[in-house]
Amino acid sequence: MSNQNTTATIDLEVYRYRPEIESEPTYDTFTVPLRSDWVILDALNYIKDELDGSLSYRWSCQMGVCGSCGMMANGEPTLTCASFLKDFAPGPIRVEPLANFPVARDLIISMDDFMEKLNRVHPWLVTDEEKPLEEGEYLQTPEQVDDYKQYSMCINCLLCYSACPIYGLEPSFIGPAVIALAQRYNLDSRDEGSQERMDILSTDDGLWQCTFVGECSEVCPKNVDPAGAIQRYKVASTKDWWKSKLMPWSNGK
Amino acid sequence: MEQREMSYGRYQKNRPMLYHTRYPILWWVKKWAYVRFILRELTSVAVAFYVVVLLFYVNSVSQGPDSFAAFNEWLRSPLSVGLHGIAIVAVLYHSITWFNLAPKALVIRVGKKSIPGRVILITHYAMWAIVSTGLYWLITTT
Repeated sequence: MSNQNTTATIDLEVYRYRPEIESEPTYDTFTVPLRSDWVILDALNYIKDELDGSLSYRWSCQMGVCGSCGMMANGEPTLTCASFLKDFAPGPIRVEPLANFPVARDLIISMDDFMEKLNRVHPWLVTDEEKPLEEGEYLQTPEQVDDYKQYSMCINCLLCYSACPIYGLEPSFIGPAVIALAQRYNLDSRDEGSQERMDILSTDDGLWQCTFVGECSEVCPKNVDPAGAIQRYKVASTKDWWKSKLMPWSNGK
Repeated sequence: MEQREMSYGRYQKNRPMLYHTRYPILWWVKKWAYVRFILRELTSVAVAFYVVVLLFYVNSVSQGPDSFAAFNEWLRSPLSVGLHGIAIVAVLYHSITWFNLAPKALVIRVGKKSIPGRVILITHYAMWAIVSTGLYWLITTT
């Protein structure tokens, strides 16, 4: 990297919230080298290493898999490991913690609310009775895998929650990723838990808060399309409701 | 680095004191996608307007020829024409955006493949055209 032109720089306006010294967040401006191969996360690491070691933020894999480094860049929810500085030149870049979440420190949000909601929809393969071992694996055809594969790509980065004004206005809304992940298991041929998930999601705080703004799918870095998952689920939920009214004995089956 | 002074209020070390941002009332002007969304939501007022007009129309028919004629008179008034002008634009926007979203909600599998979104979209527009033509025929020929 030493042979690169390092005279070019870009300013980052970084959101700071240090609860031990300030009750309201402020912004610190840092000047970092503008390198063509640097993403915002590289710039934050540079700040932490060279300029201000007290800056706090989450990151891990640096390759769009772990879902830790989601932040707002100029007001847009983004994975900072996938957003090149040069795309924001000449800057400045305003870096803020993900919107719609309480902030714990600097760029770190509290995701307790999401974790609690995720647990509600039983995001695992629910089976009434497990097959005995000697019957072998649960086999799936490629088509059966295709049914849910898209939704299984979710990395829980929470960009969709930041883009969702419904979640911002009504924090009781269970939210895009949780519904997409519920759908990931519902559409899995090995799963038998769709009815219990339906009971949780067919409520006001579940599916029906969604008014299809559609921005969750726009910002999703893994093309999960949570908005599509929610609308499909609405169709399923409506069918389920009619079934329960017209055939009360069917018990949702 | 020296330890920062614990000067602020209730903060205790190792216990998060969360900062909650208030959601601004004008959140929807920040992004064009949000403006489009709010406009789409507002178009439902135009749909409601049509429903109310239809109810008054039916009511005027039930009240006899005089009332029907009076209602037709009102429909021709500049106010009514203006409102209908706004309403038709809003309802078209409502319908087109709604139809464009249909492929997201409808994933229909036939055998091993699902029907492409374009086919679902075209079917919706075709149904719309057929129903509209049917209604037009019904109104103009009776």
